[in-house]
Amino acid sequence: MKKQGKGKRIAAVIITLLVAAGVLFFLERLLVPKYVDDVVEGAFVAEYYKEENKDFDVIFIGDCEVYENFSPVVLWNEYGINSYIRGSAEQYIWQSYYLLEDTLRYHKPQVVVFNIQSLQFNESQSEAYNRMSIEGMRWSASKVGAIKASMTEDEHFIEYVFPLLRYHSRWNELTKADFEYMFHSKQVTHNGYFMRIDARPAEDVPPGRPLADYSFGDKAMMYLDKIRLLCEKNDIKLLLIKAPSLYPEWYEEYEMQVEDYAETYDLPYINFLEIQDQTGIDYTTDTYDGGLHMNLSGAEKLADYIGPVLLDMGVSDRRGDPELDAIWEENNADYEAEIKEQEALYGLNYTSPLN
Amino acid sequence: MLFTSYGFILFIAVLGVLYYVIPGKAQWILLLAASYLFYAIAGPVFVPYLLAVTLIVYFAARIIGRKLNEQNAYLKEHKEELSKEARKEYKAAEKKKRMTFQIIAVVLCVLILAVVKLSAVLSAVWQAKQLSFLSIAMPLGISFYTLQALSYLFDVSRGTIEAEKNIFKFALFVSFFPQLVQGPISRYKDLSATLYTPHPFNKQAVAFGLQRILWGFFKKLVIADRILPAVQTIYSDLNSYTGAYAFFGMLFYTIQLYADFTGGIDITIGIAEMLGIKVQENFNLPYFSTSLKVYWRRWHISMCSWFRDYVFYPLSSSKGMQKFTKFSKNHFGKRFGKRLPVYISSFVVWLLTGLWHGAGATFVVWGLFNWFVLMASEELEPLYERFHKRFAFSEKLPYRIFQILRTFGLICALNLFDVCKSVGETFRAFGSIFTFSNWKQAFSGGLLNLGIGLSDYLVLTAGVVILFLVSLYKNKKGDPRISLTERIRPEKYAVWLILFLIVLIFGTYGIGYDSSQFIYNQF
Repeated sequence: MKKQGKGKRIAAVIITLLVAAGVLFFLERLLVPKYVDDVVEGAFVAEYYKEENKDFDVIFIGDCEVYENFSPVVLWNEYGINSYIRGSAEQYIWQSYYLLEDTLRYHKPQVVVFNIQSLQFNESQSEAYNRMSIEGMRWSASKVGAIKASMTEDEHFIEYVFPLLRYHSRWNELTKADFEYMFHSKQVTHNGYFMRIDARPAEDVPPGRPLADYSFGDKAMMYLDKIRLLCEKNDIKLLLIKAPSLYPEWYEEYEMQVEDYAETYDLPYINFLEIQDQTGIDYTTDTYDGGLHMNLSGAEKLADYIGPVLLDMGVSDRRGDPELDAIWEENNADYEAEIKEQEALYGLNYTSPLN
Repeated sequence: MLFTSYGFILFIAVLGVLYYVIPGKAQWILLLAASYLFYAIAGPVFVPYLLAVTLIVYFAARIIGRKLNEQNAYLKEHKEELSKEARKEYKAAEKKKRMTFQIIAVVLCVLILAVVKLSAVLSAVWQAKQLSFLSIAMPLGISFYTLQALSYLFDVSRGTIEAEKNIFKFALFVSFFPQLVQGPISRYKDLSATLYTPHPFNKQAVAFGLQRILWGFFKKLVIADRILPAVQTIYSDLNSYTGAYAFFGMLFYTIQLYADFTGGIDITIGIAEMLGIKVQENFNLPYFSTSLKVYWRRWHISMCSWFRDYVFYPLSSSKGMQKFTKFSKNHFGKRFGKRLPVYISSFVVWLLTGLWHGAGATFVVWGLFNWFVLMASEELEPLYERFHKRFAFSEKLPYRIFQILRTFGLICALNLFDVCKSVGETFRAFGSIFTFSNWKQAFSGGLLNLGIGLSDYLVLTAGVVILFLVSLYKNKKGDPRISLTERIRPEKYAVWLILFLIVLIFGTYGIGYDSSQFIYNQF
C-alpha cells in the first residue's frame, strides 16, 4: 500500500467530495424535467422570480382557469394595471395559499384574484401536478409548507429537497432539450399568462355526473380561510372568481357554498359562467379546447371585463411610470412576437377582439 | 420499514451517530431500543410475537442452565461417592427433567410459528368462506428469530454456552434489528462476542460497513427490483407465459432471488459492521457451485447449518436411529444399510426446510426434490468416480464450467416451486419449456412486453456482468474492499463514487416504482 501524507489525504478527500458534488449537481440539472416542450406548465411558477420589478398591484392565483384565461398585457394596455398570474396546472388551494405567502415575501399587491375552482379538491390528486406547482418555488418556509400540505401518500419530502432522487429514472427518456436547457430556461408565459391563439369550439360538453357529496372538504375550506386571513392581515383586497370553463362541471351546490362564503365575509365574487353576455365570451371562438380553457381571444375579453372591476376595487393605473412603461413595452413586444409565432404554427391570423 | 427506504436510511444515520456518541457500555441498550422501535414501526401487532418467543426461550434456557449447573455441581461434589452407573443414571434423570422444559419451549415456539405459517396458507380458504377475521398477519421475520432463539436454547441445553442472565441482553440477541427480518440466523456464541461489548468509533469498520451496504443496495435496487416486473408478469399468468417465457421467468427469478437475498444480507452485515458487530456470512458465491451439495453449503449457510446441527445430527445420532442403522445394515447390505438412516434424517431435514419456507405444498415438494437430487447424487457417486477415472477431464476448466452451469440450471428449475402457485403449475411451466416452441415470438418483441423495456434489459445485463465480475474477483482474490484499501485514495474513492452514482441513477426506487419487499422478509 502506498503511504500518503496527511495533507495529500485531506486533499484527496476534498477533491473527491467536490467531484461528487459537481457530478451530482450536473446529473440533477440534466435529469430534472425542463418543461419547455410538450408539457410547459411546470415552468410557470419559477418564472415569477425572474421578474426584476415585482411591484405588481394585482396577483392572480389559481389553476389553469387563471393562467390561460386572463391577459395581463391587456390589463396593462387598457387599464394600466400591473399584474402577474401565479398559476400552475391543477394548483390545489393549499398551493395557492403558499404561493400567495411566497409572493408576499417580495411585494404586497393591492388585490388578489383567486379562482375558486380548486375548492372541489380536499387532497392532492396527482404527484405530477404537485411537482409542477411546487418545484419552481424558491426555498422558504412557504415552499416547505406547500410540500407538506401537498404530498400524496407515495411522495417523500426528501425528493423535493433532492429532485435527483425523484427524476433519476429519466436517464432513458432524455431529449435534446434536457441538454440545451440544463443551466437556463426558456420563457413560456407572459406575466404568468400562457397563450394559445388557436380555437376549438365547445361542442357536446358532457353533463356533470351526480356526486354523493357536494360539500367542499374541511382542508379546502381551511385554506380558503387562510387565504382570506392572509389578505386581511396584509390589507389586501380579495376577489373571488369562477372562470368560465364549461367543464369540469361547476355544480349549483358548489356555487351556493361560494356565494354563502363571499356573503359571510363580504367578499366580491364573480362567476364568469353566469355573465357570458357581459364578457362577450363566445364558446365557438374563444376557447382552444372545447370550453375547458380560453384562448387568447377569450383571455383578452376576460381581462377587458375584469380591468374596470379591479380599478373599482382601488387598483391604480400605473401608466406613466417610466420604469413600468419600459417593462410593459418589452412585454408587449414578446406578446406580439409569440402571437406571430403561433400564427405561423397554426396557420392563423389573430385579430384581437378588443380592436 | 424496508431496508431500502428513506426512513430506514435516516434511522441508520441517526442510530449511527447516537451509537458512537453515547458511552460504549450503553451501546447495546441503544441497539435493543432501536431494534424494538424498528420492529414496532414494521407493525406494532408483531411485537407480542417477538416478546413471546424471547420470554419463552429466556426462561426455559435459564431453568435448563440452572439445572445443568446444579447437576455439574452435584456430580463434582459427589465425585467420589457415585459409581459410574449411578452417575449415568443421575445424568439421565436430570437430562429428562431439562428436556421437559426444552420440549415445552420448543413446542410453544414452533406452535406460534406453525399457526402463523398455516394461517398464511389457510387465509385464502377462510377469505373465500368470509372468515377473514381468522386470518393472522405473518409477523415479519418470525421464521428467522424463532430459529435463532431455539439455537440458543439447544446450545444452553447441550452445555456449549452459559444461559444469559440478563433478559435485556438476551432480548437484543433475538431482536438485533439488521438480521431480525431475514437473517442470518446467528448463533449466540458468535453474535454475543461483539454484540454487547463497547465499540469505539473505528473509521475503517464504518467505511467497510457503508461499502457493504452500498453493494447491497446495488444488488437490490439495480438488479432485483428492476427484474421484478418481468418475474411478476410471467408468474401471474403461467397459462399464457409458457415455453420460452417460462424459461426466462425461471432464469429471471433465480437472478432476482440471488440479488434480493444476498443484497439484503449485505445490508445486514454492513450495518452490523458499521456498528462494530460481527455477523456471520450467509452466502459464499453459491451460483459458482459445481453440484447441488456444494450449493447448499454456500447458500443460506446459517439456515442450512441450523438444520444440520439441530435436526440432522441429533436425529441421525439418536438411539432410535442407531438401532435402525443396525437393522438396515442387516437387511439392505453394509453400504446402503449404513446410508439409509442418513437419508431418512436428511429427508426429515428437507421436509422441515420446506415447511420453514412455507406451509404450502410447493415448499414441501421443493424440499423433497432437493432431498431427492442430493440422495440420487450420493448414490450415483461411484458411477461418477468410474466415469472420471476413465475420462480424465474432471479437473479441467471447461468441465468445471459445465458443472457450474448444470448446477445453476438445476437451481433455476427448483426455484420454480418458489414462485408457482401449485405443484401442478410448477410441472406444467417446466414442461412447457420443452414442449412449447415460442422462442421466436419471445425474441421478436415478446420479452419487451413483460413490464420491462430495452433500457431495463441493458441495465440488468450491465448489473449482472458487474455482479459476476465482482464475484469472480472475490473467488480468486478475496474481498474486493480489502484490495481497494490498498489502492491510492482517488482510485478507491472513484470506485465507491461510481457505485453510488450507479445505485442513485439506475436504482429502482421512488415514485413510479412499487418498492418491493425483500423476498426473505416474507419468511
